[in-house]
Amino acid sequence: MDLHEAQGTVVRLFNDANAQFHKMPGSAIIMRYIKSSYQNDPVRSAIELFLFLFAVRYLLAPTYSTQKNKQVSLTEEEIDELVDDWTPEPLVAPPTPFEELENEKRPVIVGPTAPKSKLTNGRTVTNLASYNAYNFVANETLKEKAIQTLRTYGVGPCGPPGFYGTQDVHMKTEADVAAHLGTAACIIYAQTFSTISSVIPSFLKRGDIIVADKSVNFAIRKGIQISRSTVRWYEHNDMEDLERVLQKVTKEQAKKPLTRRFIITEGMFENVGDVVDLPRLVELKLKYKFRLILDESWSYGILGRTGRGVTEAQNVDAREVDMIIGSLSGSLCGAGGFCAASEEVVEHQRISSASYTYSAALPALLATTASETIAILQEQPEVLNALRENIKAMRAQLDPRSDWVQCTSSVENPVMILRLKPEVVASKNLAYQDQQQLFQDVMDECLANGVLVTRVRSIPLGIGENPRDQSWQPTPALKVCVTSGLSKKETEKAGITIRHAITKIVTRRK
Amino acid sequence: MPTRSINPFATSTSPSSTAMNEKKDQPRRSSFAKGNKFTSLFGGGSPRTRSEAAALQAAIVAQQQALLNSPSPQQINTATISLPTINLTTATGEKMPSEPKTLFQPPSPEEARRIAKASAQFGPLGSQSHRYTSRFTGEFADPIEDEPPYYFLITTYISYLILIVFGHVRDFFGKRFRKAHYSHLAEKDGYAPLNSDFDNFYTRRLKMRLNDCFARPIMGVPGRYITLLDRKSDDGNNTFKLLGSTTETLNMSSYNYLGFAQSEGPCADAAEATVKKHGITYTSPRSDAGTSELSLEVEDLVAKFVGKPASMVFSMGFVTNATTFPSLVGKGCLLISDELNHSSIRFGARLSGAMIEMFKHNDMRALERKLREVISQGQPRTHRPWKKILVAVEGLYSMEGTMCDLPALIALKKKYKFHLYVDEAHSVGALGPRGRGVCDYFNIDPSEVDILMGTLTKSFGANGGYIAADKHIIDKLRAQNAAMLFAESPSPPVLMQIASSLRIISGELVPGQGEERLQRLAFNSRYLRLGLKRLGFIIYGHDDSPIIPLMLYHPAKMPAFSHEMLKRKISVVVVGYPATPLVSSRARFCVSAAHNKDDLDRMLAACDEIGDLLQLKFSSGVAGGAEPEEWASQGKETSEKAIVKAPRWRLTDVIKRGVEDTKVQLR
Ligand SMILES: Cc1ncc(COP(=O)(O)O)c(C=O)c1O
Repeated sequence: MDLHEAQGTVVRLFNDANAQFHKMPGSAIIMRYIKSSYQNDPVRSAIELFLFLFAVRYLLAPTYSTQKNKQVSLTEEEIDELVDDWTPEPLVAPPTPFEELENEKRPVIVGPTAPKSKLTNGRTVTNLASYNAYNFVANETLKEKAIQTLRTYGVGPCGPPGFYGTQDVHMKTEADVAAHLGTAACIIYAQTFSTISSVIPSFLKRGDIIVADKSVNFAIRKGIQISRSTVRWYEHNDMEDLERVLQKVTKEQAKKPLTRRFIITEGMFENVGDVVDLPRLVELKLKYKFRLILDESWSYGILGRTGRGVTEAQNVDAREVDMIIGSLSGSLCGAGGFCAASEEVVEHQRISSASYTYSAALPALLATTASETIAILQEQPEVLNALRENIKAMRAQLDPRSDWVQCTSSVENPVMILRLKPEVVASKNLAYQDQQQLFQDVMDECLANGVLVTRVRSIPLGIGENPRDQSWQPTPALKVCVTSGLSKKETEKAGITIRHAITKIVTRRK
Repeated sequence: MPTRSINPFATSTSPSSTAMNEKKDQPRRSSFAKGNKFTSLFGGGSPRTRSEAAALQAAIVAQQQALLNSPSPQQINTATISLPTINLTTATGEKMPSEPKTLFQPPSPEEARRIAKASAQFGPLGSQSHRYTSRFTGEFADPIEDEPPYYFLITTYISYLILIVFGHVRDFFGKRFRKAHYSHLAEKDGYAPLNSDFDNFYTRRLKMRLNDCFARPIMGVPGRYITLLDRKSDDGNNTFKLLGSTTETLNMSSYNYLGFAQSEGPCADAAEATVKKHGITYTSPRSDAGTSELSLEVEDLVAKFVGKPASMVFSMGFVTNATTFPSLVGKGCLLISDELNHSSIRFGARLSGAMIEMFKHNDMRALERKLREVISQGQPRTHRPWKKILVAVEGLYSMEGTMCDLPALIALKKKYKFHLYVDEAHSVGALGPRGRGVCDYFNIDPSEVDILMGTLTKSFGANGGYIAADKHIIDKLRAQNAAMLFAESPSPPVLMQIASSLRIISGELVPGQGEERLQRLAFNSRYLRLGLKRLGFIIYGHDDSPIIPLMLYHPAKMPAFSHEMLKRKISVVVVGYPATPLVSSRARFCVSAAHNKDDLDRMLAACDEIGDLLQLKFSSGVAGGAEPEEWASQGKETSEKAIVKAPRWRLTDVIKRGVEDTKVQLR
């Protein structure tokens, strides 16, 4: 009886609900669906209802995080115990013997950087380890002007460019660089090293595509890492391979929404010393509709008739390159880096490039010095020729003459990168570490004979990173930085010393 | 920037499960007596009648006006107020003495100009009583953050809403009817737009409206006064034209805490000598041939100054952080970072490859909870123990004016064995009785902190950054740090500026001057902060911090405040979203030792006027600013919720009482 009563109530309720339901718009469709699915099979309906309820519950459930589920739940006492048990590693690992030696042997200069520098051990040596290409460091007029600036602007600007740190001298230096290169605008950063690592992530984000040369320098690598874009590498300076990669990327991406695509490479390579084929690069970039970021940190102020860099040397309009990154430190004797580009690109960086927006501006006197040296390069191109004479003289002593090393640098690059010839590496069976040690020995030998040179530094290994996992390391090499501060005779003499040192060290090794 | 989800309507209830809890839930970011809030809903009328003070006020304003017209003594024309020379001859009336004995000689025009220039960079001290020693006393509590009446918060949200809606409407029609203007946001000839429509929205629609308050170009020294190059825009702040004229303004914006931005004086002299002797740069990274005796000397000085065995200097503070984290932590390590940490710390953290966790700004209980969680759970998935945990905080936060709670951090460090990294960019030089940063301020041995990082850009008027730590850590960094290997080394004049300013602070050079600078900064910071609170503004941060954020809330008030200040020849920084949470737009003042009390009074007067004009006096009194007597009497009867009176002092009273009250515990 009870059952019947209950059934009656349910039917009544159902009828009521049904009446209400029919009044709702769209109810006819749902009714039709339920009717067609019911097919006189209550079990099936029950299952469907159950599924529906489950779906509702699932959707309404608090957003669940995968993290929580994987956590082990512990009592407070257990946590305390775990905390007590935990012993962290020391903040830094003990130094390797190689690092210890390096710290010990690092040359310390007394007084100014000069072609003949005095070291703390009291000796005066021929300095071929500083990027002092034109010896502007010794220029008295520049010093005079720097002091004038110091006496009007003080040393530091005490604030980031956005907050009253932009001084008129910065604007002038920006305008000078832009005018020199022939771009619409330019922005200067307080340090060269930070420039490109900050420019890249200010434009490239996750999902964008970068095609980069395999041998690009450390700063570019870090910029790419921060940007989290997809990277494709092409063989060093191989335009055929670049085209192949571009084709491949274009094909892969054809169906996907269009994202920003950039080619990133160096004008003159920090770790190899050779020069990019810019006309071909521009041709490819236009053909495949990529933008181009060219790091001219090592070529600006060096290549071309007036030091405008690769664009001048290879007759390419600087406006064809979307962004040119350069350095005002080193041979230009100022400090800081720049990015020369269109107005739009420059203005975007002023608010979204981390190391510009969140860092103090360049000291005024370093900005004015850079302006002055750029003016010198434009007005007295013979300065560049003097340097090139010395490069030639040095090269003559080393590249064809040495049986052991070869120079991978371009003929106009004052930074001569000297690698062991492949046959030497093969015959002596030299591993990466061995080559590094060998060049360190060459440096020591040169120094003992009064010539200071340096070597290509390898990329520091990340903490917890296995050396085998590290994707790329520059080939170990000796770095000889030619300067026009020395006479041709002195340069040749230094070249002979270096050659003999190399021979001595390499032959000593079995 | 991690966006803090800030909900002004939510009362903060922190779940309690930790050891820190024993201190009893102190109200963090405490709220206020709600009843009181609603009474002041529409504008909060001041209880005092203003008329009686009007006369006095007018006098002060007139005085400010006079200063305003010639902000720097540089503009005083020495010819018009030439003083007579007094010598004994004229005094005695004797005939022709062989040797006139001069008693007073007015300064020659060059001398007068030199003095004027020097005091435009560093103001003369008005009275010896305008000094104070920055030192931590009492119990460290989070500063109380007052909140404005709901009415203002709601209108703030609404105005953002309007800005956003209008922006989108304009974009919608613009993209259809004015294609040329929007071409940079659209795909063009097969190139994706350079920056995405979405990221760009804020810039186009919000920032463009206040662009003229940012990146104002200057010339000369950013000292006590700063000279702006006048500019104007004819196209809605898109581009600016320089007008060729300049305006000298009071500088409340540069990070020139100790007033070392000077082109005269011992630092500049030393820097000049260094340019002559050492040249302008070292043209080489540190590890090649860029290490000089001077760099080692500066590193030694920095290490001694901050109280660590060794240190290392870099040519940029940003890069110091960006390259140091990767040489300390990496795979299998955990970095726990305060949510408001500087962009450079985040940059370095991302490069390092370590896992990154964040905790609520300055909330030590949140940090402890996080530590317990991560240590007990170990690494994700594998549950292996972490190799090491590094906690990174700043000494003084540049947008909030808050200090890190170092004593609590050290206590946690002892218990949880993490390594501690303190970025002292703003605190070194600016805090502590000897100016040596947060450790000095809290009287904590620097050896308790593993890594002390700082920048040389701010208090020292130079450029660059440093890391100070134990010798074995620095030795490792020298071999491993990327900036050491690849970045340019700091240049000689910059190094010398660092060396001489450090020597002045420690009293080695020009004894007494360093101490004066430190004490003036401490006095100025407290004086201005107290004055602003008493006038009725909502001010964030700790009492001794030289960074004073004044809350504006409303986005439209940012440009208005900046323009009004500029009219009164004061340059200030205004910041809004995304550097701050959406609702808490603010003006930020950076106090300097180069300011004197007159400058700060001028600032107070200007704020007072503008505060009335723009309706900025929101304070409910919970964060301080009340009469000392009132506060003292309240202390006794705190049991029942005492109704705090909203402070709306008259300017004259603020100035009259300021010097004295600055030196007692601020309330
Ligand atoms: C906390 C913090 N760290 C680092 C920096 C960067 O220093 P610098 O301006 O010397 O690059 C800043 C500067 O704004 C800062 O506030």
